[in-house]
Amino acid sequence: MLLIYCPYCEEERSELEFRGAGDAHIVRPTNIADITDEEFEAFFFLRDNPKGLIFERWRHIHGCGRFFNAARDTVSDRFYKTYKAGEPKPELSAILPADSDKGASK
Amino acid sequence: MADTQTLVRQKTASKAEQAGLATRRAPLAGKQGGSATVILVPAEAASRISLRARAEDVGALSKGLGLALPVKPKTSATAGERTALWLGPDEWLVIDQSGADLVAVAASSGALHSATDVSHRNTAVIVSGPGAAAAINSGCPQDLALAVFPVGACSRTIFGKAEIVLWRMAEDKFRVECWRSFSEYVFGLLSEGAEDAAL
Repeated sequence: MLLIYCPYCEEERSELEFRGAGDAHIVRPTNIADITDEEFEAFFFLRDNPKGLIFERWRHIHGCGRFFNAARDTVSDRFYKTYKAGEPKPELSAILPADSDKGASK
Repeated sequence: MADTQTLVRQKTASKAEQAGLATRRAPLAGKQGGSATVILVPAEAASRISLRARAEDVGALSKGLGLALPVKPKTSATAGERTALWLGPDEWLVIDQSGADLVAVAASSGALHSATDVSHRNTAVIVSGPGAAAAINSGCPQDLALAVFPVGACSRTIFGKAEIVLWRMAEDKFRVECWRSFSEYVFGLLSEGAEDAAL
């Protein structure tokens, strides 16, 4: 069982209390009515699906109910860092441990 | 016990009930369960609200409710018959055993908030005895060690497939709040857990 640190509850909780909610830091274009269909497709549908580090939204749905962001490794399922919604994307050097070549590299 | 239930029933009786056409039946009425180390008892009727408010309104709401709304994760506050459980950064479950009209009480604070009466959406099971934590842990992933989940701690969490609000009332006594439609499932799974806790 994965333990995920909820930045609002300030402790690690079982994965059973959480639900994933897709990629984080996807910004909706401010001129949504003006963009082309291709640009809308890129914003709305296209995701990178990387092997290794990914930034995701998660929701502590059976806990405090809050959405937050997480930096996770898609290979090892390791959570490098979780942080509150609205906070900026953390610097890579601040998240990745020195021995992170396993799985986290592309 | 009967007095409190009668009081709550009278306060919340619908016109149909008053006319004797329908009677409200508690979802866990008559249930009993437990084992050598765990006692399961359906909780008495109580009034409850789901309360949402912004940080700047917490002070006024606390004054209105007569207790300090907890702002630290996993904590609760009790004053007399009334308890406020922290569910999220802006969300509380307030339970009043005397059946007070909590929506009106919250409104009297004058602070901006949202209060929804969930008195009959929720029901609760009181789990007590030396095996209480083990019985709950049969379906709940939270660490219930006293150092991590002390007396007074509370949390919304999961029990089997049902969402519950768990509150530690004493070292070996918990209140398990669940939605009434899940109550039979929760009581049944707790009964199984109680059996296992006594092994």
